[in-house]
Amino acid sequence: MTRVDGPDFSGDALHAALAKTWSDAPGFWGWLATVDHKRVGRRYIVTAFVFLGLGGVLALLMRLQLARPESGLISADRYNQIFSMHGTTMMFLFAVPVMEAFAVYLIPLMMGTRQIAFPRLNAFSYWIYLFGGVFLWIAFLLNIGPEAGWFAYVPLAGPEYSPGKRTDVWAQLITFTEVAALAGAVELITTILKQRAPGMSLNRMPLFAWSILVTSFMIVFAMPAVMLASSFLISDRLVGTQFYNPTEGGDALLWQHLFWFFGHPEVYIIFIPAVGFVSQITETFSQRQVFGYPLMVMAVVSIGLLAFGLWVHHMFATGLPRIGYSFYTAASMMIALPGGVQIFCWTATIWSGRPRWETPLWWVVAFIVTFVIGGLSGVMVASVPLDLQLHDSYFVVAHFHYVLIGGAVFPLLGAVTYWFPKFSGRLMAEPLGRWNVLFSFLTFHLTFFPMHLTGLLGMPRRVYTYPHGLGWDSLNLVSSIGAFLFAASVLLFFGNMVWSLSRGRAAGANPWNAASLEWKMPSPPPCYNFDHIPVVESRTPLWDDDRPVIPGLQTDKRELLVTTAIDAHSDLRDASAPPNAWPFFAAIATTIAFLGSIFTPWAVIWGALLMAVPLIFWFWPHDPLEPKPEQGDE
Amino acid sequence: MSPIQSALHPAGAHAAATATLFQIFLGVTGFFFLLVLLFLGWAILRRDRGTASDKRLRLTVAAWAMLITVGLFGLTLASYATDRSLFFAGHDQKPLRLKVTAQQWWWEVRYNGATPAQTITTANEIHLPLGRPAQIELEADDVIHSLWIPNLVGKEDLIPGRTTDLQLLPRQVGRFRAQCAEFCGLQHAHMALDVVVDTPEQFAAWEARSLQPAPAPRSEAQKRGHAIVTGMHCSGCHAITGTDAFGTVGPDLTRVASRATLAAGELPNARAWLTRWIADPQAIKPGNRMPRIPLTPAQRSDVVAYLETLK
Repeated sequence: MTRVDGPDFSGDALHAALAKTWSDAPGFWGWLATVDHKRVGRRYIVTAFVFLGLGGVLALLMRLQLARPESGLISADRYNQIFSMHGTTMMFLFAVPVMEAFAVYLIPLMMGTRQIAFPRLNAFSYWIYLFGGVFLWIAFLLNIGPEAGWFAYVPLAGPEYSPGKRTDVWAQLITFTEVAALAGAVELITTILKQRAPGMSLNRMPLFAWSILVTSFMIVFAMPAVMLASSFLISDRLVGTQFYNPTEGGDALLWQHLFWFFGHPEVYIIFIPAVGFVSQITETFSQRQVFGYPLMVMAVVSIGLLAFGLWVHHMFATGLPRIGYSFYTAASMMIALPGGVQIFCWTATIWSGRPRWETPLWWVVAFIVTFVIGGLSGVMVASVPLDLQLHDSYFVVAHFHYVLIGGAVFPLLGAVTYWFPKFSGRLMAEPLGRWNVLFSFLTFHLTFFPMHLTGLLGMPRRVYTYPHGLGWDSLNLVSSIGAFLFAASVLLFFGNMVWSLSRGRAAGANPWNAASLEWKMPSPPPCYNFDHIPVVESRTPLWDDDRPVIPGLQTDKRELLVTTAIDAHSDLRDASAPPNAWPFFAAIATTIAFLGSIFTPWAVIWGALLMAVPLIFWFWPHDPLEPKPEQGDE
Repeated sequence: MSPIQSALHPAGAHAAATATLFQIFLGVTGFFFLLVLLFLGWAILRRDRGTASDKRLRLTVAAWAMLITVGLFGLTLASYATDRSLFFAGHDQKPLRLKVTAQQWWWEVRYNGATPAQTITTANEIHLPLGRPAQIELEADDVIHSLWIPNLVGKEDLIPGRTTDLQLLPRQVGRFRAQCAEFCGLQHAHMALDVVVDTPEQFAAWEARSLQPAPAPRSEAQKRGHAIVTGMHCSGCHAITGTDAFGTVGPDLTRVASRATLAAGELPNARAWLTRWIADPQAIKPGNRMPRIPLTPAQRSDVVAYLETLK
């Protein structure tokens, strides 16, 4: 007999029933087949941090080489691979995935639902990401890593000037991350629009959810451009098409347009989730709603839209018509307006709230100071005449590390500290965390601030060495020393995480007295997230006096409550897919197809057939609401 | 000595205007940064909590948004104005026209005359007359490169299949260093060139000298060197006007001894370096297109003796 949760079915009995329905099988098979968004999200986060570490090691190697002029430590060939790998790893394997990973873990909890939408697709997305990343790094260790930069400009990345498999490896890695990111985006959009707790109308959604909604739509619109670009590149290299070959009527600039139409939104795909982190942290530690909620939403949406109108500012030196450049200057300048308004709203929230100076809020302060510098140097490079001097110099290296590390990694480390108790049940160590903020902040600026000057003094990017006597020597040495100290601060952070995982102070359900729904259930949350689906009556549901719930979901089947997209009225009950290992096997088949197509175009054909096998089993029709005697449906 | 590769030490009209624009941007953005810091500092240190209403903040955020808009508008206008004035800089004079063709990893520089005999071809070194605008046509043979002479002007890409151009107006005599700014492969770091701004008289003298064919070898060693250079491997890739060497793969050597550097700005042009370069170019600049030529030390010294006469 099916039972539903409700007043007469709650507490331990309900817990036991829901745990039986929602838990994974024990052991390796359960580990492999899990579709629990929290387990997948945790894996995603850990993997992304491993890639952060690897990318960081590459950065240190580069700084070691550049510490002295005319250093012979690393050869030109190796250096070019290292900087290509650093960019590719940090952008495609760390920054974008880690933001999606946090969303995969947090969004269903924040929305008050029991599971992410399309949980198997979510598992598939993780495996594809993992296999893609491992593939790239194995290739690098086998000396077939990318060599033409993370941007792979043609014709340098084309068949004539990058013979061998190195650039194919790069282009195929892009395919992996595209698939993973698009899958994640679709799940998150659906979860946010259709699985919000009843009453959580769009205008009551936490700002983090707004950030993720905008980011996910940006992924959906930006990724196809790079998919097209990398497919053209692969077919130029593999089957002799001539999309980018000017001597055969192709165009070298076509690549840049397609790449930056994706590449510029990409940096906002990294930055906007960080904006969400900052909003949640600021709200919790100021103990008030973020000032100017509608402004914040408009700011995020307008950044998301403007981000698609800026790509040509990466191409000011390519000799396109000047009247066209003016529009991109204006659009690039304009994005400082929503950015500036956001900075004001966060600061105003702290100003008018009753701030508790815990570590995450200090990360927000480090973020504001650093990001504003990066934003203002961004205003400089938006100007055509200035950009012609600054473009492709170390000034730009300084600029984008200010916006990416200051604008995304500092909030991310704040977010880790903030949600660590939710993930693990324990708080991170203090006062180590606070010292860590200060140490990271100072060493970051020691590393990257001098690069502004190095660039103005004429040092171009992506050079494996530089001559003595051009005034760059001591600045580079300072940057290198700073880089090692900054790496030590990140290591300290990792150390704190590992230590706190087993020895940290136990956290209750809501150690920070936060307002959003993910803090409602114990830490870490049970496999079914919520015993009863909460009903939301304000933007800060956990600060409300009464916390109503809506009963009525079945407990012996995986069932979700689906609500309407705008107002979040209860609408339907829908089934959620149980654990299943076919996504894993589908990911393996996809990986084989992708790898094969580096070597032969026929792999697209037989690879599709190969992929069809696990997909057929994955999608084998069954009625998921039909109760089954046991878990799993293999 | 002031830096020879720096956007902060302008020696040309474009770089000077850009440096001024940079100061304007620095001032305005610095002002905004200061405001953010002050507000943030106040938010951190504020004592009397919980008294303010959001109404005051709403007014302030509106004012802040207005202020940002005005600031951005001003900066955008300043940027347009600079861009426009640079576009017309020196338009009242007839510009010197030259053409730079980039390849992995060196620059061919050509001053086209009315006839081939009046055309100067050189490499990795640009001579410009002071005070006269120059219009440089830019092309690339293989991959995308970017020409950046920070003391004189911002960069412009050289793109295969397209022709771009760069205008500049030197305002100071001197020797400046330019470098490729777009990643162009293995030896991107070693793709520099010298830009020499001469007085009009010096430039005219250089032009006249450069139009002469290469001087004939005089000493025995020079003659032996000449025979090796024109008869053996070198002439397949290099050209020397007035001899049988007219290869186009590598830099033109007609005036090689007059240039300050070798291998696109990598080595000083001195006998020891030239000898080492000829002995094993791949050891010095791995991946470049010059192979190791099997010459005895005596032959090498003859070749160097001859090349040193090409001034």
